[in-house]
Amino acid sequence: MFIGAIGCEPLQLARVQLERSESLETYQKHGGYESLRKVLGGMSPDDVIGELKKSALRGRGGAGFPTGMKWSFVPKDSPKPKYVVCNADESEPGTFKDRYIMERDPHMLIEGMLIAAYALGSKTCYIYTRGEYRYIIEIMDRAIAEARAAGLVGDKILGKDFACEVYTHSGAGAYICGEETALLNSLEGLRGHPRMKPPFPAVAGLYGCPTVVNNVETLTAVPDIIRMGGEAYQKLGTEKSGGTKLWSVSGHVNRPGVYELPMGYADMEKFIMEDCQGIPNGRKLKAVIPGGSSVYIMPASDIEGKKVTMDYEGLVAAGSMVGSGGFIVMDDTVDIFESTKNLTEFYKHESCGWCTPCREGTDWLVKVFKRIARGEGKPDDAQLLLDLCDNIEGKSFCPLGDAASWPIQSAIKKFPEDFRRHLAPLAGGNGHKSLSTL
Amino acid sequence: MSKQFTPNNPLPQEAPVPDEIATFSEAVEAEIDAHLAKYPLKRSAILPLMFIVQRERGYLDKPGVAYLADRLGVRVTDIWEVATFYSMINTEPVGKYHLQVCRTLSCKIVGADKITEHCKSRLGIKPGETSEDGQFSLSEVECLGSCGTAPMMQIGFDYYENLTPEKVDELIEQCRSNQLSNGVR
Repeated sequence: MFIGAIGCEPLQLARVQLERSESLETYQKHGGYESLRKVLGGMSPDDVIGELKKSALRGRGGAGFPTGMKWSFVPKDSPKPKYVVCNADESEPGTFKDRYIMERDPHMLIEGMLIAAYALGSKTCYIYTRGEYRYIIEIMDRAIAEARAAGLVGDKILGKDFACEVYTHSGAGAYICGEETALLNSLEGLRGHPRMKPPFPAVAGLYGCPTVVNNVETLTAVPDIIRMGGEAYQKLGTEKSGGTKLWSVSGHVNRPGVYELPMGYADMEKFIMEDCQGIPNGRKLKAVIPGGSSVYIMPASDIEGKKVTMDYEGLVAAGSMVGSGGFIVMDDTVDIFESTKNLTEFYKHESCGWCTPCREGTDWLVKVFKRIARGEGKPDDAQLLLDLCDNIEGKSFCPLGDAASWPIQSAIKKFPEDFRRHLAPLAGGNGHKSLSTL
Repeated sequence: MSKQFTPNNPLPQEAPVPDEIATFSEAVEAEIDAHLAKYPLKRSAILPLMFIVQRERGYLDKPGVAYLADRLGVRVTDIWEVATFYSMINTEPVGKYHLQVCRTLSCKIVGADKITEHCKSRLGIKPGETSEDGQFSLSEVECLGSCGTAPMMQIGFDYYENLTPEKVDELIEQCRSNQLSNGVR
């Protein structure tokens, strides 16, 4: 598996190939904790947030919300304690970048969290890691202990009047806990049900206190932003999407891996065919899900010869989204009906059960998919799937309902033939009126 | 005439039988204390503590639940409420080696089904089942964040990636001869 940067100097992946890259010694030898030193040496919290705003860094967990803005929502005058929570729940299918950042460069995350804590006036940070990543939690715990011993975590950090604790916390197998308010409930020891927003976590988050929840990749971008300055970081990417982005590439490519690309990387086709070394066994590209399983599927015809730009705006223009950067490549052996069924089963399993449209809707979606797969479907079943999606999308309590609907809606729209193949025999040939909607 | 229920006049109940409460060694108690020290509210430690009970007792059984309720100062139902939400918390016994094969898309399109089928035929159990000797459990689980090294499975907490049927055979053989860690910690 490849881990490295293409089209730019590696930032987040600068140290991952070094020997004992997870150690404090290696990290410090390569500029580690210098940004924290710079911040504590004379930057005000507002200066830090200002650099973040200039950097045009957008949340890397999936929603893409501007990070500087998110930080600025935390009320400065609140007498309550404030919390920084790292979302390391990484469970969006196709996404595995955070795992390798934490495995190879845990101190970069600790430094990013400490800078965030300083900017937000927080004394406590939690790293909420998905339960399956136990070995990652062990690596992070070792790194935190090492940092504490070196006076980088705890009281009087770097001898300055700044105290902050960093703790790891384990989830226990629930995709929904990647949603920030469900994560906070889980961290409070409850079922991982999402909360009503507003109030947003910045105002009332963990234990009802002001809280910032950021993805691992977002927080690990912070030390580089402070080091090089917000403007220089932004210039690595585009005006609206600053910096670099990690793409987790899986599926039918010759070289899967974690790729760091500048935002606005020019051509998705080149990325697949050259950087990822093309499709194995001489097969043809059929489809790409570029941003984790929850985004719209893209057919090869929307990629080949289209010079799709890999950033937030470019992917929206091309009919999909950056999401978490979980880039799943499928060759022409894949039946999109089958692949969509697989993902729908995922969403059904992971629906938290809190709201009716998502709980019942995802269950019905799977029932319909299964009966079609058994050859017992009804001719109108493609339309039924779309109707069900329409009753889930925008009508569920949190974005999981949307995430379950979008893959189906886009799959039926972009790959009608794969659904028609399963439905036509049921409709007694291709002439049935319901198939004309496909 | 039947008695009306009011808060001051509760329905007669049989005397509750106190739950048996699990006990742990001093070392485990110290480990639990270390988790509790991380949070302003004890309840936050519920998941980390469940993993410890599960490790010590094989699964989250009734005495384990009673212990957690007592230790965290919450009701027994609060513990069950959380335990039944999270897929990694086992409220029933599982085999010594718990093989969890990823079934989600990135693994699926590069042969996850083949790995599951192979496990089924070698172990003689289906996903969701435990072998009669209690050695093996098999599960199909959702994306484990190992898509670049698919297909894969977890045994306990340990990752085994880039799997082939031959590699699975080797792993199962090592489990059978107790040469492999069961990945529970």
